[in-house]
Amino acid sequence: MADLSLKPITPLGNDAPVRVTIGPVTIAEVVDSAFASLTRRMGQDIAAVAKGAGIPLPAAGKVEQGATYGAFWLGPDSWMVEAPFASHEDIVAHLKPVFGETASVTEQTDAWARFDVTGERLPALFERLCNYDIARHGAGSASRTMLEHLGCYVVIRSATHISVLGPRSSAQSLFHALETAAHSAF
Amino acid sequence: MIINHPLLGPRDAQEFTYLGDAALIDRPDGLSYPTPDAAMDAMHDYLYQRSNPAGEHRELWYHEQGDRSWLVVTRNTVTHEITRVELARDVARMRGRSK
Amino acid sequence: MSQKNRIEGGQIDRSRSLSFRFDGKSYQGFAGDTLASALLANGVRLMGRSFKYHRPRGPLSAGSEEPNAIVQLRSGARQEPNTRATVAELFDGLEATSQNRFPSLSFDVMGVNDLLSPFFAAGFYYKTFMWPAKFWESVYEPIIRRAAGLGALSKQDDPDQYDKGFLHCDLLVIGAGPAGLAAALTAGRAGARVIVTDEDFRLGGRLNAETHAVGDQSGADWAAAVVAELSALPNVRLMPRTTTIGAMDHGIYAAVERVSDHLPVPAPGKPRQILWRIYSGRAILAGGATERPIAFENNDRPGIMLAGALRAYANRWGVAVGERVAVFTNNDDGLRTATDLAAKGVDVAAVIDTRTGGPLLPGIRHLQGAEVIGSSGRLGLSAITIRHANGKTETLPVTALGVSGGWNPNLNIASHHRGRPVWEESIAAFVPPKDGPAGLSAAGAAAGLFSTHAALRSGAEAAVAALEDLGLKAALPDLPRAEDAPVAITPKWYVAGKGRAWVDQQNDVTVKDVKLAHQENFVSVEHLKRYTTLGMATDQGKTGNILGLAVMAELTGRSIPETGTTIYRPPYTPVAMGALGGRSRGHEFKPTRLTPSHKWATEQGAVFVEVGMWLRAQWFPKTGETTWRQSVDREVLATRASVGICDVTTLGKIDIQGTDAGAFLDKVYANTFSTLPVGKVRYGLMLREDGIVMDDGTTARMGENEWVMTTTTANAVPVFRHLEFVRQCLCPDMDVQLISTTEAWAQYSVAGPNARKLLQKLVDQDISDAAFPYMACGAITVKGIRGRLFRISFSGELAYEIAVPTRYGDAMIRALMEAGAEFDSVAYGTESLGVMRVEKGHVAGNELNGTSTALNMGLGKMVSKKKDAIGMVLSQREGLVAEGGYRIVGVKPVDPAKPLTAGSHFLETGAAAVAANDLGWLTSVVYSPHVGSSIALGYLKNGEARKGQRLRAVNLLAKTEVEVEIVSAHFVDPEGVRLRG
Repeated sequence: MADLSLKPITPLGNDAPVRVTIGPVTIAEVVDSAFASLTRRMGQDIAAVAKGAGIPLPAAGKVEQGATYGAFWLGPDSWMVEAPFASHEDIVAHLKPVFGETASVTEQTDAWARFDVTGERLPALFERLCNYDIARHGAGSASRTMLEHLGCYVVIRSATHISVLGPRSSAQSLFHALETAAHSAF
Repeated sequence: MIINHPLLGPRDAQEFTYLGDAALIDRPDGLSYPTPDAAMDAMHDYLYQRSNPAGEHRELWYHEQGDRSWLVVTRNTVTHEITRVELARDVARMRGRSK
Repeated sequence: MSQKNRIEGGQIDRSRSLSFRFDGKSYQGFAGDTLASALLANGVRLMGRSFKYHRPRGPLSAGSEEPNAIVQLRSGARQEPNTRATVAELFDGLEATSQNRFPSLSFDVMGVNDLLSPFFAAGFYYKTFMWPAKFWESVYEPIIRRAAGLGALSKQDDPDQYDKGFLHCDLLVIGAGPAGLAAALTAGRAGARVIVTDEDFRLGGRLNAETHAVGDQSGADWAAAVVAELSALPNVRLMPRTTTIGAMDHGIYAAVERVSDHLPVPAPGKPRQILWRIYSGRAILAGGATERPIAFENNDRPGIMLAGALRAYANRWGVAVGERVAVFTNNDDGLRTATDLAAKGVDVAAVIDTRTGGPLLPGIRHLQGAEVIGSSGRLGLSAITIRHANGKTETLPVTALGVSGGWNPNLNIASHHRGRPVWEESIAAFVPPKDGPAGLSAAGAAAGLFSTHAALRSGAEAAVAALEDLGLKAALPDLPRAEDAPVAITPKWYVAGKGRAWVDQQNDVTVKDVKLAHQENFVSVEHLKRYTTLGMATDQGKTGNILGLAVMAELTGRSIPETGTTIYRPPYTPVAMGALGGRSRGHEFKPTRLTPSHKWATEQGAVFVEVGMWLRAQWFPKTGETTWRQSVDREVLATRASVGICDVTTLGKIDIQGTDAGAFLDKVYANTFSTLPVGKVRYGLMLREDGIVMDDGTTARMGENEWVMTTTTANAVPVFRHLEFVRQCLCPDMDVQLISTTEAWAQYSVAGPNARKLLQKLVDQDISDAAFPYMACGAITVKGIRGRLFRISFSGELAYEIAVPTRYGDAMIRALMEAGAEFDSVAYGTESLGVMRVEKGHVAGNELNGTSTALNMGLGKMVSKKKDAIGMVLSQREGLVAEGGYRIVGVKPVDPAKPLTAGSHFLETGAAAVAANDLGWLTSVVYSPHVGSSIALGYLKNGEARKGQRLRAVNLLAKTEVEVEIVSAHFVDPEGVRLRG
């Protein structure tokens, strides 16, 4: 009988992630992180539990990285929690026991295509893509915004490292937009 | 236009979807009227009888390309000046809504 | 002939000689030239023909206000009509042609229009071409279009790319003349984020065109030094070749940067232009001023230009427009042209000054109280006629005349929010309105402060004030000493005469036209504008408007402020459509969403259809199939006979959690959900508050407090928005959390009698009917991979939807097809999906049309009256629940060979095909291989009671008429045995 086991592909549809360097920036498809949304349930206090589990709960518009878990703000009482894919493939199974019925947890790993843009002069690239003021918000900020008609999260990990999370089904359009803007800017 | 989001600061109105009069928060409870006709009248007024002022207007905007908050924006429809922005959820609670 | 009019000096790089062509002839210019300055240096004054009368024209100005020197740049696909030679930056190999002439610029047959001018006066279109009405489109308009007008489009695809972008600053400075540079310096040194835009390729504004000293250096040198300092500040962004085109709301400005227009071809990957959206805390309008002419007879000949332009060509570009020049002025600034040109050794024949009594210019023939009353020269100025103070006339041979009627502040952007400009008598000009865009102030000449000193000072002060508003401190810099001459002007608008004196040169509006408008009572400025077309050309009347309304003021005996002025709209100068479109054109008009099976479907040769942004497989042609019907019939029959697989990932999926999730679903769905047991799915109907159906779909209860809602593909976004509205605005204390998971799961429908057998080969758990009955749902694993299974059916067959994380979507479709091979499984696309749902009588987009109720859809019983769901109350309105209203029905042609046509209307036998007899329409029509004929769903008045009746389906557009039988909408397995099998 034929082998029916399932092999994953990347958001861009390949076996291995894509990486290009254009001028001072490198755009890399990233598949080694797992994502889940975490939303506090009404009237629950999750701060202490989260802290105990090493899960940061940053303020509005912010991103924070812990030892294993990182998180950025999605909306009121809501965060996107990140963890290494290798150890946290089933990230929901890790988070549910931590929060029980105090928070709603939803797997988001495959909802997004993540591209990490690294290098110097990132504001010069992003000013051609979205209205999010990279220079003013700076490292540690994260925001959802529109990027070439796509609702994306722009996560400023440092002055030289920004992650863009866009809808996975539009990974190719998003990657094309990033590449084109880089060629235009540099 | 720029909408000064209570949690996120100034954001381009491009990120928002417009709904209309913030009076839409004050939805009548369809089962709380003595007769079906009374309920229908109340619901009809709620849905269709809205003011359309030339001047200050409280209106609902949805941060669709942002944090998905519904906001109550007080905007002058003549000058576009925005004088106040609140989370709609807070406004709804202040107006006595709960579950 | 080599640059015979080139003189000493200027900010051109004489070491870089540039070759260019105009109307096929080769010329040389220098780096730093504009096309106009280079042509003038070569002795070419004639650059275009006027819009209406085809009069020979040369440049009036040296800037973006240019009405006359409108040319076509480049050739082939990059051909760009209607560009101003006065701002076109010269590059090596530039190719330009004149426009609106035939066969040549010097001999234009349409010049006959000039002789026919009595027929082309103001309002002539309205008066002449009134009758017969049908002649307008077929006869008049084509003739007018050929005779009048400007350049031609290449009609080829624009090969260049354009970008859009977003910039942020504390202070936006519009214009980099003395005021703008002083403002930028003040704010830049204070550490504020500053953006400076200037339409010119050389920053400095009028400082580059004047000979005034600033401090102990020339104005141009001072500007260059400031630009150097600002360039070194990381918080300041200098943007030359960037026109701020409009003020939007709340400190947002639009600007177009011409990135590559000064290059023969943009560098690879680089845009030609960028449309910037600039977010500013405060803005300073330092856009300078525009000189206006004095109208006199035949004042439009090549060689007659604004005095400040004549001086700019000499000072900035080292060009003497004529070897013998004169100046006609009503103010002191005009005198500067005479002194500057004389100082450069140009023969200044006379200064004709309309004023009397002031000091006379030394060493120049200064005629006070005199006027220019006419000009001569067929294709360019050869002489002017002067009327002296004593009434005597004199003909003076000159080849250039500088005219100054005063300067108008460039307040355009300040009136973009409808603010009304204010008349300032001391400078005889309008200044920016007090009620301009919030956060915008004006400085320098744009504010009516015309001396260099006042410009520097007001720029610096405006910056200090703007920063203070933002809570930032800035110190006034030590400003250099600069000229501070007061404005000395005695208004003079036009010289009375019999001939035509041009007011708006681009639209060929004359003083006579204004008089005619007055005579016919079009006296308000808005009527004047529309009747004469004054100011409606591409230059928006930058040089002509004030002149025109001043003439009207004089005719009506009112003052200029009483007469008022029209205001300006964005854009400040014309913008290429490409720049507005940015990258959003062709295939990049919008992003594309690809389904998880896209790669596989492409390999299968699937035909795709755009559904919103999604590309979905429409059908999968097999070798030998020549029509889509063959493919679709095969897919449907194979699915009903065995098993078919379809990618349904595009359906919206919303994860709903929380202790109040059930109550929340009861609020948003017309039917009840809170009673649904865990592990079950229910079909739900969502209403709008007005009682009309918004969307439908299934919602599964995956756990006590965990639900998954599906929406239609098209409504995924609006439904999510609606749910958030209910959650935040109506039920703020409900414990409900929402998040979209549409993209997270690859979901496939597996339908047909062998669906279970196929799936059981992949699913690790028991999915027998006992273990996983109809409408069951739950978490499963697929060969060890986490997944979800839903036993739901829209085809009427035994069917499941199976979901795995999207990264496994490609592998999943391959595994399904592999596992299905023994059952001869097929993949089916959206067409077959549509056929099968119509065969089963399920409503979809054509029935969920925004005007239909649950009752119309035969789902009236789903609306629970026991709970206050959205739309429940108003769905019961009298008109919506009336007997005899539209009900969904099935439709079959009486003769199975006859095809039905969607959109056909139901009529009784014998009834005339008029609206009064209309009984409803066919919403969805498919060919059903199962039934063996065309079948349809339709909305039919009193449809329930008409089952078994015969009616006609009439389509007047498609000219079809078919006798039909009204049947149950369930063409397949009406008892629902199969899907429970």
